[in-house]
Amino acid sequence: MTRSIFSTPSAWVHTVRMRSKSPVWCRFFMLLLWLPGGVQAAINVFTCEPEWAALATELGGDRLEIYSATTAQQDPHHIQARPSLIAKARKAELLICTGAELEIGWLPLLLRKAGNARIRPGQPGHFLATEHVALLEKPEKLDRSLGDIHASGNPHVHTDPRNILIIARYLYQRLIQIDQDHADIYTQRFEAFARDWQTAIRKWSSQLAVANGAVVVVHHDYWSYLIAWLGLDRIATLEPLPGVSPSSSHLARVKQLMKQQQVVMIIDTSYMNDRPAKWLFEQTGVPVVSLPATVDYQSGANLYHWFDSLVELIREHVK
Amino acid sequence: MFKPGLCWIMKSIKFRPVLNWTCAIVLFTPVTYSVADISAGGYGQANNTFNPAVTVILDGVYASYKNDPDDYKIPGFVLGGEAGLADEGFSLGHSELIFSGDIDDKFFGRFSLAFAEHDNEIEVELEEAFFETLALGGGFTVRGGRFYSAIGYLNQQHPHAWDFKDAPLVYRALFGDQYFDDGLRVSVIMPTDLLIELGAEALSGGQYPTGGEHQGVGSWTAFANIGGDIGVSHSWQAGLSYLSTDNIEREYGGHTHTSTVEEVPVFSGDSRIAGANAIYKWAPHGNYRERNVKLQFEYFNREDNGDISLLNSSPLETSTLDSKQSGWYLQAIWQFARRWGTGIRYDMLDSDNQGSDADVMDEVGLLTHGHRPERLSVMAEWVPSEFSRIRLQYNRDDSYQVPDDQVYLQYTFSLGSHGAHAF
Repeated sequence: MTRSIFSTPSAWVHTVRMRSKSPVWCRFFMLLLWLPGGVQAAINVFTCEPEWAALATELGGDRLEIYSATTAQQDPHHIQARPSLIAKARKAELLICTGAELEIGWLPLLLRKAGNARIRPGQPGHFLATEHVALLEKPEKLDRSLGDIHASGNPHVHTDPRNILIIARYLYQRLIQIDQDHADIYTQRFEAFARDWQTAIRKWSSQLAVANGAVVVVHHDYWSYLIAWLGLDRIATLEPLPGVSPSSSHLARVKQLMKQQQVVMIIDTSYMNDRPAKWLFEQTGVPVVSLPATVDYQSGANLYHWFDSLVELIREHVK
Repeated sequence: MFKPGLCWIMKSIKFRPVLNWTCAIVLFTPVTYSVADISAGGYGQANNTFNPAVTVILDGVYASYKNDPDDYKIPGFVLGGEAGLADEGFSLGHSELIFSGDIDDKFFGRFSLAFAEHDNEIEVELEEAFFETLALGGGFTVRGGRFYSAIGYLNQQHPHAWDFKDAPLVYRALFGDQYFDDGLRVSVIMPTDLLIELGAEALSGGQYPTGGEHQGVGSWTAFANIGGDIGVSHSWQAGLSYLSTDNIEREYGGHTHTSTVEEVPVFSGDSRIAGANAIYKWAPHGNYRERNVKLQFEYFNREDNGDISLLNSSPLETSTLDSKQSGWYLQAIWQFARRWGTGIRYDMLDSDNQGSDADVMDEVGLLTHGHRPERLSVMAEWVPSEFSRIRLQYNRDDSYQVPDDQVYLQYTFSLGSHGAHAF
């Protein structure tokens, strides 16, 4: 597949930077080599959330042309199958999403509209992260009066760095399946990432060892995997039911509950309305920590930056 | 589990669908049970059952009018299809029953029925029964069966997804609210970063505003849409469409329910419709959940050439007809908080109808007498969750010479599988 003239400007910048590493004669020689076998263009990757774009970047580097459908400021559940997403999904060779119904409101529609057989469920080009890790909070009863629950469990698996590593292992194998000619690149990059990431997890775990058992209140069950990893003690959720906005009566109950225990922080999520958490802070004096929901991929951040910031924000309040 | 319900449905469609309340209960009973069973349906690993996703739309309205709703008309246009006002007082709106799901790895299917009550009888309408390809690749999709035509942006949305209780005047006047038909659609998404969608439909031409018997293809449409993002907070889409149909027999009358009129206006001839639409959406940081604004504009122009007659009149009252009708609406919806939204809409219609017999033209309502129909609507809605909505709407309606004040209090609930967030 040749690079389309409609590629994003950032993709062009990327290409230019990559090529500028080699001298002109070398580029010409490489071009000659490519001509008979077709141009070795990058693999088009469509990710539903930026954390998977960041992970794909770790594993594929310049081999992948990555587009993330959402940013860290957007609620991934409430996205519309808008024109730009249909156009991007149309061109994708690999789709990486969370699954577990997180994108149920828009991904099935997007896939139907895009007319792209390569990224349909069941194809190698369809990768769902939640299919590869154990999910928490699987509901025993499916009833909409219990809120916006997900039948297969809590989908926000990326908030535990150990899950990222497990998913990376499956994802690099999938990349090899799609782009076999460059298997060695993906293998090397995965091995390097696994080594560095494990080192980082050890560092973060030791930095936050003091947080074990700390009592917290959360806005939405977004951070369940992070809480499980760090051994935090969540005593209340500001949403009375998953996905249901905090009501004043429920907030009053949470406030009562917070008075009885030594709560160290109220954990909020960056893309959510911060008023309920601020109100509780004014009532109880317990600080609000607004954690970035995911990697700020569009600004060039990577997975390490994101977890570093999470660890830093939590550390400030549990010392 | 669905068998008894489906049998009833098939039966009622075959014999011009009129059911009584008992049948409606029979229909709804199996569905209510099955909703809990299939809540996981439709997607990824959660789709571990083979049941289709089932959605029941509960829709009802309380309507209040200054004028008698039976007097409703639009000078310059003859009404048909679903056009007309909801009954005064409490009434069920457009209750729907929708089954959908992947048939296998190659096809998707959807079946939807609408239930509406008229004169104490439940009428069932088969709105959609189509398959769609999933795996053609190359951006191509083929859809076949009965479906809403891609002639307009709003035309493809179910009434429960509309931002106002009633259809824009131009849809009411030209399409009888909405145009669906039986046929085939082929569409393709181009491999570009800007969305470019091209498509065409070959349809039977048997449904309002087409009609009559056709050998082969009775009407066809072509459409083109482009769209994209501007930065992270703005999205847009623009489209053009065209519908062409020859030798139709368009029977008017619809659901206006005036005193039993024996004489039914019928248009026979050729009809062309051209449409244009533009949609713009804004949400801070592209996060639609908290706040967003939507602007929507559509324009249609119809040219009819043929004859207009009054069926059952003796001697037959007939006139030649050379008709140019057009209309547009512009609406803005502002979701200013997570659970609250408000909107405003302005409608306008225009027509220029020429015929050989002015009396016939006047009798069917094609003469405007200098009146230009327009309407202003405002609404506010409370949306507690993705599955429920309560809406209050006011219309200042100048469809005909006597201005009407219309107030609607409407509820819309979605029971069952998760709906899709279409643009």
